[in-house]
Amino acid sequence: MKSSTRNPNPNPDTPRFGPSKLMLAFRFLRALTLVHRTAPNSSNAARSRRIQRAAFASMAYSAGPRRAWSRALLCRLHFHRARRRCARRSRAAGVPRRPSTTRSPADGLRRLVPGGTGMDYCSLLEETADYIRCLSEQVKLMQSIVDSVGPGGR
Amino acid sequence: MSSRRPRSWQPSSASRITDEQINDLVSKLQAVLPEARIRRSDRVSAAKVLQETCNYIRSLHREVDDLSERLSELLASTESSSAQAAIIRSLLM
Repeated sequence: MKSSTRNPNPNPDTPRFGPSKLMLAFRFLRALTLVHRTAPNSSNAARSRRIQRAAFASMAYSAGPRRAWSRALLCRLHFHRARRRCARRSRAAGVPRRPSTTRSPADGLRRLVPGGTGMDYCSLLEETADYIRCLSEQVKLMQSIVDSVGPGGR
Repeated sequence: MSSRRPRSWQPSSASRITDEQINDLVSKLQAVLPEARIRRSDRVSAAKVLQETCNYIRSLHREVDDLSERLSELLASTESSSAQAAIIRSLLM
């Protein structure tokens, strides 16, 4: 199988998490610890939002700047952080939301994939495939954390 | 890549991208979708693949939201050091 993922290890006996997935896990766990430590008494909703942002941030940092979707995510995350601290600004850095009269599946995809609105069709398809791969890795990671810590985990 | 080209659903006929390239990319996308959503052996239209892709991404986003909530509850209720120990154990084994 052509190794199109970042994991270069073709060994079928690889541990559950290869080197790139370990990096993802490490980043996410570090972010989780930070959330827990800095706001232990905040509401569940606020903490949950921070964890969700941490998930996307870990994904984007692990993918690095080589992907348009990860660059777009990192821009968005930094922009939101700056916007919270400063006075309200216009959505200049964001994408203007104009209602589209023609709804094609590609339009829907552009809205879902970070940075999608700025891409040509071919790049959109490539970026989407990579985005889905990384997103499902993130979901698997979060699920395994919940499984190990949750009721019955020790 | 021409950025002045309108981002229409179909690329214009004068583009340098061949239909074959696009079909290739669409089938690569189809390969990333889980089998439950769309069988990889099926020849489906590009529109269907994109539609299923949108649905799949939306469901993944929902899973991230849901798992974030559960993690948030777990963080609040679990002793921090034992949680970290459990996580690290599960990751390394």
